[in-house]
Order: sequence, then C-alpha cells, then structure tokens
Amino acid sequence: MSERILDVKNLKIDFHTYAGEVKAIRNVSFHLDKGETLAIVGESGSGKSVTTRSIIGLLAGNAEIMGGSIKFHDQEMLNNSEKDWQSIRGNKIAMIFQDPMTSLDPTMKIGQQIAEPLMKHKHVPKKEAWARALEMMKAVGITNAEERINEYPHQFSGGMRQRIVIAIALICEPEILLADEPTTALDVTIQAEILDLMKDLQKRVKTSIIFITHDLGVVAGMADRVAVMYAGELLEYGNVDEIFYNPQHPYTWGLINSMPTLHIEKLESIPGTPPDLLDPPKGDPFAPRNKYALRADVEAKPPFFKVSPTHYASTWLLDPRAPHVEPPAEIKRRWAKYRELQAAKSNS
Amino acid sequence: MTKYILKRIAYMILTLFIVATITFFLMKMMPGSPYTNEAKMTKTQLRIMNEQYGFNKPLWEQYVIYLAGLVHGDFGISFQYSNMPVSQLIGSRIGASAQLGLQAMIFGVFFGVIIGAIAAIKRNTWVDTTATVLSIIGKSVPNFVLAVLLQYYIALKLGWFPIAGWGTFSQTILPTIALGVGPLAETARFVRTSMVDTLTSDYIELATAKGLSLTQVIRKHALRNSMIPLVTLLGPYTVSLMTGSMVIENIFNIPGIGEQFVKSILTNDYPTIMGTTIVFSLGLVIVLLITDIVYSLIDPRIRLQGSDA
Repeated sequence: MSERILDVKNLKIDFHTYAGEVKAIRNVSFHLDKGETLAIVGESGSGKSVTTRSIIGLLAGNAEIMGGSIKFHDQEMLNNSEKDWQSIRGNKIAMIFQDPMTSLDPTMKIGQQIAEPLMKHKHVPKKEAWARALEMMKAVGITNAEERINEYPHQFSGGMRQRIVIAIALICEPEILLADEPTTALDVTIQAEILDLMKDLQKRVKTSIIFITHDLGVVAGMADRVAVMYAGELLEYGNVDEIFYNPQHPYTWGLINSMPTLHIEKLESIPGTPPDLLDPPKGDPFAPRNKYALRADVEAKPPFFKVSPTHYASTWLLDPRAPHVEPPAEIKRRWAKYRELQAAKSNS
Repeated sequence: MTKYILKRIAYMILTLFIVATITFFLMKMMPGSPYTNEAKMTKTQLRIMNEQYGFNKPLWEQYVIYLAGLVHGDFGISFQYSNMPVSQLIGSRIGASAQLGLQAMIFGVFFGVIIGAIAAIKRNTWVDTTATVLSIIGKSVPNFVLAVLLQYYIALKLGWFPIAGWGTFSQTILPTIALGVGPLAETARFVRTSMVDTLTSDYIELATAKGLSLTQVIRKHALRNSMIPLVTLLGPYTVSLMTGSMVIENIFNIPGIGEQFVKSILTNDYPTIMGTTIVFSLGLVIVLLITDIVYSLIDPRIRLQGSDA
C-alpha cells in the first residue's frame, strides 16, 4: 500500500450568513495517497471548492470548521496557526485557481511572480530564484522564456497564464497540488494541453493532485480515484473504473447519463435543484431529485456500503433488503462492460 | 515617449492660449475699473489714465497687444504696486504657494493612503467605520472653517503653533493641515474602496496561497495595485489645492499667489489677474502631464500612445 499523505475525516464546515447557518460540508471523509490523483466531482455549490480550500487554510471569513480532522502526514491541520499555514501554503501544498485571467498580479513581472514562493520558502536568493523560474517556464511549455520572463500578465493568453499559474504552484515541488477547476475557463483545445501538462509535471515533481471539476469527461483521463460530492456530502467514491463502469449511487448514474458519449442518443439531465443547506435533508440529500429513491433514502442517511475494498457508495439501494431497481440503459451497458473487464482480469 | 511628451506640450500651449483668451474677455466684462477713486476723477483725468493704460483702444486691439506681450514672456505691469512687473510679483510669491501646496498634497496623500489601507484591511469593523465617518467629516467641513478652528484651538488656546504668518516651518503646519484635510479624506475613501477591491481579487488569493503573510501580500501585491487609480486624482487635487490656497493664504496671511489672486480681482488689477490665472493653469497642465507619465510608469498595462514601447 502506498503512503497516505492526507487524511480528511468527518469534516464539517458551516457558513455564517444573514439567513442563518449554511451547513456547507457535512461529514466529509476522504484520503489522498502519495503520487495519486483524486478527482472530486460535483455540481456548483456541492462544496468541492470549500473542502479543498480547507486543506490549504483559505476558507472565506464567514466559514467555520465545526468538526472533523484534516491530517497532512501526522500533522493535524486544524490546529495550525496562521504562521504554520504560511509555511505550508505554496511550499508543501499549492493551489491552482479557476480563472487564469485574474489569478496573476497585473503589475508584477512574470519572473518575480514565479520566483516568489521559492524566495519565501526556500530562502533562495533572487538571482537563483529567477533562474529556477526560467527553468520552470520552459518546463510548463512557454516558448521564448528568456524574454517573456520580464513581461507582464496582460501580454500572455489565457492558456499561457494558466501555465504560469501552474509554474508558480509547482516551483517549490509541493507534495499536494490542489487544482480547482483549472481548465474550466479555457478553450477545449487548450484544456487538453493543460491536462497533459499537469500529468507530465505530476510525474516529474512526484506530487499528488486533488482535482476538482464538474466535468466527468475531464476526470476519466486525469484521475486515479474519484469522489462524487453532492450538497456538501460525499455520495460515492472509488477507483476511476469503478465510478465510470460500476456506479452505484443514482446521482452518479445521473452524472454519467448527462455526459455526452458516443452511445447516448439523447442527453439526459437531472431534474430539480440541490437542497437548501440552511436546513439540509435528514436522509440522502439527493433523494428529492432521485426517481430511484426508496422511502429509507428520504427518512435516514444511508451509510457507506462497501462495493469493493476501494469502492463505497452511500445509498440504501445497496442494502440487502432493498428492492431491485432497474438503472438507466447506459448504466446497464457500463455494468455489463465492467463485468467483462473483471472477468478478463480474473482469467488472466 | 519623447514624441508623446512633445505632442502633449503642444497641446498644453494651446490650452494655455484658450485659458488666456477666455480669462481676458471675462475679466473685461467685470464691473468696475482699476481706479480706486473713479468717482472723484474728472473726465480729463480719466481719459489720460485710460490712454496711459491703453483702455481707450478697442477690446480686440487690447487683446492682441496683451497676447503679443505674453508671447515674449511679458505679463505687464501690476496696477497695485507701482511699476512692479507682474512676473516679478508672482516670482516673489510663488515659492510660498508651491511649498504650501506640496506640503498639503504630501500630507493628504500620505495619511490618506495609510488610513484608507487600514480601513480596507479592517473592513466592516469599528476601525473602518471610524475612518469612514472621519473621512466624511473631513470632506464636508470647508477648509476655511477648519482653518479658523485650528487657529482658535491649536494656536490660540494650546499655543502649539503660530497663529499666522509665513517664514518658519512651524508656521506652515496649520495651513498645511487646513489645506490637506480635504485631499486626505478623499484619498482615504478612494484607497479604501480600491484596496477592498484588490484584496478580494483572485491574484491576492493566489499570493496568499503562495504562503505570503498578510503584510507581505499587502506590501508586494495589494498596495501598488490599489494605488494606481489614485494617480488620476492628482489633477483634481491640484485644482482643489489651488482654489483652497486662495482662502487659506488669506486666513493665515501667507504671501502666496492665491492671496494675491484674490486681491487682484478685488482691485481689478488686470495684468495680475491674467498673470496669476496663467500661472495656475500652467501648474495644472504640468501636473496632468506628470500624471499621465507616472501612470504609464507604474502600470505596465498602460502604454502611452505614440511612445516607442
């Protein structure tokens, strides 16, 4: 078993608002192993960004961690002082944000912005830090880096700026890279390039990645494991094959069904809207929108049922007493394919 | 850059020409004459005087004569002080005005930036509210009221600084405060808004995610970006300092051109009115030019048109 570097347990985060306490994150647990990529998938407002931000101590001012634990190696992050956070941020754990157009300081030279974390954390003198920044710019695929190092953000395109943001994040060779929808703001063709670049650099720097996205299509090529988040809770997590070919939670079915593939003739959408987190539902939060939901799903929060040693899903459908439910055609097709794969694996 | 500046200087000369023209005709429309005892003068005396000063000539001719003098750097002779050239009169007084204006500007901008930045960092706390209330008071109280209050309480009651006059540095303190509080309040409001904007921007979050401390984030990223828009206020500040100086210099009995300007209008001292107006305008257009150049230097996104970069 590989080394576990991050362990999040029963994380609870509230937002204090004028309307009341928004229970944004409720009992979220997951872990991250060295070198792997974990994708957290969910729609807007599902809490995936909030969860990630709590790992680097960048929650909004009105957010409060109500319980749980975030362990980075053996260090309990929730006990961190601001000083502790500063020594971790950009050094051991780095973050890439969604919009490269606004993520860079418009009045500072690119070279300085890339070199800054190195000068701060490794106390590298400026000249050396700039030399490293130059190497980094080449590594992220910026041509003519010797000249461009003295330019300002507005002289770069969106894709190039995201490359710079990646260079900033990786210059201290962090153990964890948090990527909050890093390709959402980019053109589709540029998206693919950035994803390839991230995979390539992950191998070189040997970093683990938590990749947040609402786009399952991006997940398939990127992640080792996937966690599906909805309304502040995890509903299902497992290896990327398990989530794509053996999904168990009806919400995961819905996500897969609403993803364009060659086999689907008509793109399905999930009806309804997520619940109000001022007063979260007591059962499965997805139950009100779920046509496969059982009475039990509405009444009581389902536990995580074990599908495989690496695959868990929180739905009463997996209870032995549950009635048989016919999943959508696309899911049945995927299940069949999964059984084939498993059979092939056990034969060989 | 040189090309741009030359172009701007040409525009500046045009601007000054227009200012001179408008002022000249407006001034001639003012009621009254430069003579102190016009009522007691005989017709002959009046005629002789008018001929001596050229007032008998048609207006357009007076205008042409004045402009011709101006082109040669001749502002004419002041009516108030016998035979004293206006250029000499202004020259002897501009130092005091420039010093007062500069001091007030530095005082206002320096403390304004500090107060605005603190208010932004501590936004939505009592610190922010206090700063806001003080700024509104500072902006609302007219500088002549403040000047008198300062004279009464600080100078007369407490005796910390001289009540009026000009010459020593301690005499400059009260007028500097009286004149600088307006720009200070304005700067504080402006920097607060701009800084709040900056502090909630994505690149500040990225800077924080780099592991920088709050002080480092503000010093290296936030301050510069929130002060760029402040440069545009230098022009309006100059105007408010110039008009303010006319009142403040009178109250504190400072021998500056603001005080002289008011006196020259009251006495219909035409050459002095023209001279002071042109000097004021010249000061403003120079500040505006400097503003644009400074802007392009501190903000890499702005490249001056016609410059080489």
